[in-house]
Amino acid sequence: MARRLFLERRTYRLNRLQDAARLLPILGVVLIFAPIFIGGAGEETGGEAPSVSATLVYYFVIWFGLIGLTAFVSRAVTRLGAAKEEPPRGKDG
Amino acid sequence: MLSFNALATICVLYVLVLFAVAFWAERAAKRGEVRWLNSPITYTLSLSIYATAWTFYGAVGSAARSGLEYLTIYLGPTLVFVGWFWLLRKMVRIGRAQRVTSIADMISSRYGKSGGLAVLVTVLAVLGTTPYIALQLQSVTLSFSVFTNAGAEVSPDRTALWIAAGLALFTIVFGTRSLDLNERHPGLVSAIAAEAVVKLAAILAVGIFVVWGVADGPSDMLARIEASPVADTPLNGARWLGLTALAGAAILCLPRMFQVMVVENSDEQHLSTAGWAFPLYLMLISLFVVPIAVTGLSLPGTGDNPDLYVLTVPLSQGQDGLALLVFLGGFSAATSMVIVAALALSTMVSNHIIVPLWLQSSNAEIVLNQDMRKVALMARRVSIAGVLLLGWIYYALSGGTAALASIGLISFLGVAQILPALVGGILWRGATRLGAALGIGAGFLIWVWLLALPNVAETGGLMPDVLSQGPWGVSWLAPNSPLGLETGDPLLTAMVLSLGVNTALFILGSLLSFPSPLERLQGAQFVNVFDHSRAVQGWTGAAGAADDLRIMAQRIMGDERAIRLFRDAASEQGRDGELPEPTAEFLEKLERELAGSVGAATAHAMMAQITGAASVGVRDLLAVADEAAQIMEYSSQLEAKSEELAQTAGRLRDVNAKLTELSVQKDDFLSQISHELRTPMTSIRSFSEILMQADQVDDAARTRFSRIIHDESQRLTRLLDDLLDLSVLENGRVTLNIGEAVLGDVLDRAIHAAGAEAGGGITIKRDRSLEAVTIETDADRLAQVFINLISNARKYCDADSPELEIAVRDTGQGVEVQFSDNGSGIPTRQEALIFEKFARLETARGAPGAGLGLAISREIMTRLNGDLSYVPGAGGATFRVKLPQRALRAA
Repeated sequence: MARRLFLERRTYRLNRLQDAARLLPILGVVLIFAPIFIGGAGEETGGEAPSVSATLVYYFVIWFGLIGLTAFVSRAVTRLGAAKEEPPRGKDG
Repeated sequence: MLSFNALATICVLYVLVLFAVAFWAERAAKRGEVRWLNSPITYTLSLSIYATAWTFYGAVGSAARSGLEYLTIYLGPTLVFVGWFWLLRKMVRIGRAQRVTSIADMISSRYGKSGGLAVLVTVLAVLGTTPYIALQLQSVTLSFSVFTNAGAEVSPDRTALWIAAGLALFTIVFGTRSLDLNERHPGLVSAIAAEAVVKLAAILAVGIFVVWGVADGPSDMLARIEASPVADTPLNGARWLGLTALAGAAILCLPRMFQVMVVENSDEQHLSTAGWAFPLYLMLISLFVVPIAVTGLSLPGTGDNPDLYVLTVPLSQGQDGLALLVFLGGFSAATSMVIVAALALSTMVSNHIIVPLWLQSSNAEIVLNQDMRKVALMARRVSIAGVLLLGWIYYALSGGTAALASIGLISFLGVAQILPALVGGILWRGATRLGAALGIGAGFLIWVWLLALPNVAETGGLMPDVLSQGPWGVSWLAPNSPLGLETGDPLLTAMVLSLGVNTALFILGSLLSFPSPLERLQGAQFVNVFDHSRAVQGWTGAAGAADDLRIMAQRIMGDERAIRLFRDAASEQGRDGELPEPTAEFLEKLERELAGSVGAATAHAMMAQITGAASVGVRDLLAVADEAAQIMEYSSQLEAKSEELAQTAGRLRDVNAKLTELSVQKDDFLSQISHELRTPMTSIRSFSEILMQADQVDDAARTRFSRIIHDESQRLTRLLDDLLDLSVLENGRVTLNIGEAVLGDVLDRAIHAAGAEAGGGITIKRDRSLEAVTIETDADRLAQVFINLISNARKYCDADSPELEIAVRDTGQGVEVQFSDNGSGIPTRQEALIFEKFARLETARGAPGAGLGLAISREIMTRLNGDLSYVPGAGGATFRVKLPQRALRAA
């Protein structure tokens, strides 16, 4: 019984990691498009628009973060998926 | 500065190195040493053809002109790759499962293998890519001219032509060496991966030089950026959003990207690395773009074309070596893009346009006789040369103008028209061919009218009136202000209009049309690809496959044949006593052998499953289903036949049983008859012996003995008569004298003949009024029956004063004559026997007769279409004679 529970927990973990892999592009969209909305609002209210260098740094930081996160999730999905021969179907189709 | 010739020599040397890399990789792949080739890093690097010369030089130019906007071109693909698990994985899986060879093939395959759609996508891809190839040629020529003082020695057109020809050669050599089932080209991919490293190294080197060589590190550089004109351009929200989406769409739809991403993919797991490594590559490529642009803007002697800052910045600082590296980087970016684009386009053009046309124009016999592979390879080579020639012509006609620089995004939007049909087809089973054709077609037309045509027209300075006022003065059709909209940004306007109409028509067309069966099958295969296929692992060792093949072959062909086949194949390969290598030749032979047993389609599918070449396609499945249906029909025919046989056998068994029974009856009959004949013969013999000893016999005794002899011989004669009669009747050879007779007369005759008139020992009761019926029958035979019945009653009736009642009755269907006596009747258990030959009941012992009377009577009645039966339980012995209606006539 304990062994079965262990396997199920692993399947569960794999499913959640796959969810995370699917959600990553949404996180990316939010991070990439946030400045144009926030920056636009700043202009509207006459406030100071963020400087180009700051924007540039922001983009490379989030870019790098997104890459790192993807690397982590992808590797985990691959590792767990390989340990478990066939990835669960459920949400694939 | 380098001379033109020195530069040309360096280029040739560089290309030779690429040739060497490609050649070495092909060799390694053939030997099966594919670990390095198959690594996810090679896959990721090959994806970098996304970064073309337009990126390499143009990104800096873009940053100098419009600030951070260039980032969108890399952020879009980053989003797509970060979400690899969601969409790319499915595309790659489908590509492998369906053996897709190009983006046009993918679309056509999804929508029921539609040839028309494939042609549409191919045309779209060629139109969208040709200017892009021209752009690459331009960038290389420009970079040449920077080194050689504005191309004083050789005209740019000539340079571009040489480059195009060299690239065509390279693509033909490594792209069409063989017609691989999987359409993979390890040599070409390796060369591209090497080029990817060169261009990344070049741009990083320049970046590091400007940040730490020209400026004082990152913080100084950030300050310089803030002070430069680049800082004056704020983010444009609409363009930021639009271009990011466009770039994301383009990376899915660009034919060259599809080629490296899906077709050349050898292992699905590589995507999980590319998912982060490719964005990393893009990030590194764009990391130093703004610093280089800012430096180029601020330094003197960098020229007035920001597109060339990457090259002019190191040159102006006297860094010739760095500049040469940059030149090679740009050269790499341009050549790798052109090579893969030409390969991808040529696959589409030859598969979907040239080969189908060739097949149509030549008759079937030639097709069968010629090797199709040769035709396909030739078509592909011609297509490669054609695509590059087109690119060069476009460059030569529009070369050097600013319009060419804007072609990158226009090209993106062109191929993005495939996106709704592509993504819709993968995620939505309801998508149909009509919807896809309408969507792509309409989007394509809008794109041509609003962007492609004006671009060409402006380049050539053609039709300015049509552009601004519309054709024939129809202003809402004018490309510059479509639908009368005052557009600030033609690209975004065209994007919204073309993709909007495209998507709307795709959805509407799909909702309102009905797909063909093949289309529905393909739709299910695409959308539910993860249910139908397994993850494709990389190159698998073939040793295991041979064993599996042997087991399968043994099951299908039988042990002996399979073992012989494998042994022969092994000895042909010089591997006596071992399993044969699963070479293409051997597999083909085995498949043919198997096809003889299970049908071609099944054999192909089985082989494909075991060798792992590909999973089963819909065509295969349909063919398998066909074969299965044929086999089932055949077996049901067999079943019917065997049932028929069983029935026949059953009938034969019955007949046999009857014959056996008859044989037993015959034996009984013979023994009976011999007994019957023997009894009178014995008396005749013994009495005639007594008479021969005349002295011992007095007259009275002689007279008595003579009478006995006479009686016995009469009995014998009667018996023989009866036997003859019965034999004639039974064989059906009797001739009946049908005539009219009155029933009463026949009865009179019978009573008289039977000696049953008054004083005959039995009282006959009749109702003569009912007997006045005229019947059509053989009166003599009928009388014979009556005589038999009457004399039976006379002989066997055991009553004290015997009576026989003869009753005639009209039943409506005929006439019945019933003979009933007042005796004790026939015992129930013997009722069944009375009509048998020689059947003589216990009660009849002692009475004369052979026991044939009733048998003969019944036979006669059958001949006369009537019936004779015994009526049980009627008191005495009661017989009923039925005469048929047909033979009746009222008196």
